[in-house]
Amino acid sequence: MNTESNTRLLVDTLTARRDDFLAQWARTVGEDLRGRLSMAELGRELGELYEALLRALSAGSLDSHGEEFGETRSLLIELSRNRARQGFTPTDTARSVFALKEVLEPSLTGDADSVRAYLQFSRLLDDLGLLTSEAYLRTREEIISSQAEQLLELSTPVVKLWDGVVGVPLVGTLDSARTQVVMEKLLQTLVDTDSTHAIIDITGVPTVDTQVAQHLLKTVVAARMMGARCTISGIRPQIAQTIVALGIEFGDIPTNASLSDALRQALKEVALDAEDDVRGLL
Amino acid sequence: MKDYAAASTSTETVPVATSGDVVSMRQTVRTLAQRCGLSLVHQTKLVTAASELGRNMLVYGGGGVVRAAPVVDAGRSGVFVEFRDKGPGIADLELALTDGWTSGNGMGLGLSGAKRLVDEFDIESGPSGTTVRIVKWGR
Repeated sequence: MNTESNTRLLVDTLTARRDDFLAQWARTVGEDLRGRLSMAELGRELGELYEALLRALSAGSLDSHGEEFGETRSLLIELSRNRARQGFTPTDTARSVFALKEVLEPSLTGDADSVRAYLQFSRLLDDLGLLTSEAYLRTREEIISSQAEQLLELSTPVVKLWDGVVGVPLVGTLDSARTQVVMEKLLQTLVDTDSTHAIIDITGVPTVDTQVAQHLLKTVVAARMMGARCTISGIRPQIAQTIVALGIEFGDIPTNASLSDALRQALKEVALDAEDDVRGLL
Repeated sequence: MKDYAAASTSTETVPVATSGDVVSMRQTVRTLAQRCGLSLVHQTKLVTAASELGRNMLVYGGGGVVRAAPVVDAGRSGVFVEFRDKGPGIADLELALTDGWTSGNGMGLGLSGAKRLVDEFDIESGPSGTTVRIVKWGR
């Protein structure tokens, strides 16, 4: 008995009992996934996969890396990507493939020929199952690297709070590299939004030591050189006491306990400036 | 000052070789301070002092090892932290502890400020390295 007759036996069996097998496969996988995927969607996915598998087998191949299985592989990769994004485990994903073995087992273990065919088919499914794990991992890596990028961008936002007022909510620690990014973004935003006030909020900075303070002061001085008035807000009681004990002096830089106080103050000043402007025109 | 870390069974050791290590060392000290029941202000002061001394060790001593341990003495509980480096040492300790004096480009408040932030402060420095030991007591 050769590969050809094995595949013919497989194709015959898979074709003859298609609906039966498909329903059973979907049920088995559905139980594994415990209803986290709708049966209709699962049925469609597995149906497509089943047809692709059948077509490849009809072409006489049992080699999962072969050209005939190209369609099957791309369907599986797609399936794994979706599973990875939906938060299923790699086991859940690979089991979707392996479950077909269980389905076929009772009808393909009758005589020696069908056992051989079953074993070959089983090997094929093993390979395809491994493929899903690989695709799953690749997708997770893509997700992680895109999240890391997002985090870097998120960590230094400069936002326009009001006409003429921009805010810099700092979160985490402030080293030289971050200070550079914050400073560049702040100065550029001051120009772009034509703002006269900047509020640097340090509520999210857990430790204000001399290095952080020095970087903050530099940023404020740079913003002042652009003609902006700069306030540092979000000084919590324990931070205030620590700064005093350290001996850091913020000089004439206005500071506030909360961002809302700083914003209120800035808005007052913006309004005063506007009045002055109007009087100047008259 | 007594080496409380040697006597304690729950000493945590953190090597500091990069500025990322300073951040994780700070977290270790903060967790320990929380466990020892230090108030938020005391926690913040201790962590800030640890941050200064850890960064000094990194910048001037080429990195080193930090050991932190809880201490209990006469009914008080607190946190002990030791910073040990094998750098060139500090030539003039008195000058180094003066506000506003720096050999680098910092604010010159790290060492003197750290001393003010903690309850006990001890520094030994020689050509074979510098060791700073601090204790912050709870209320």
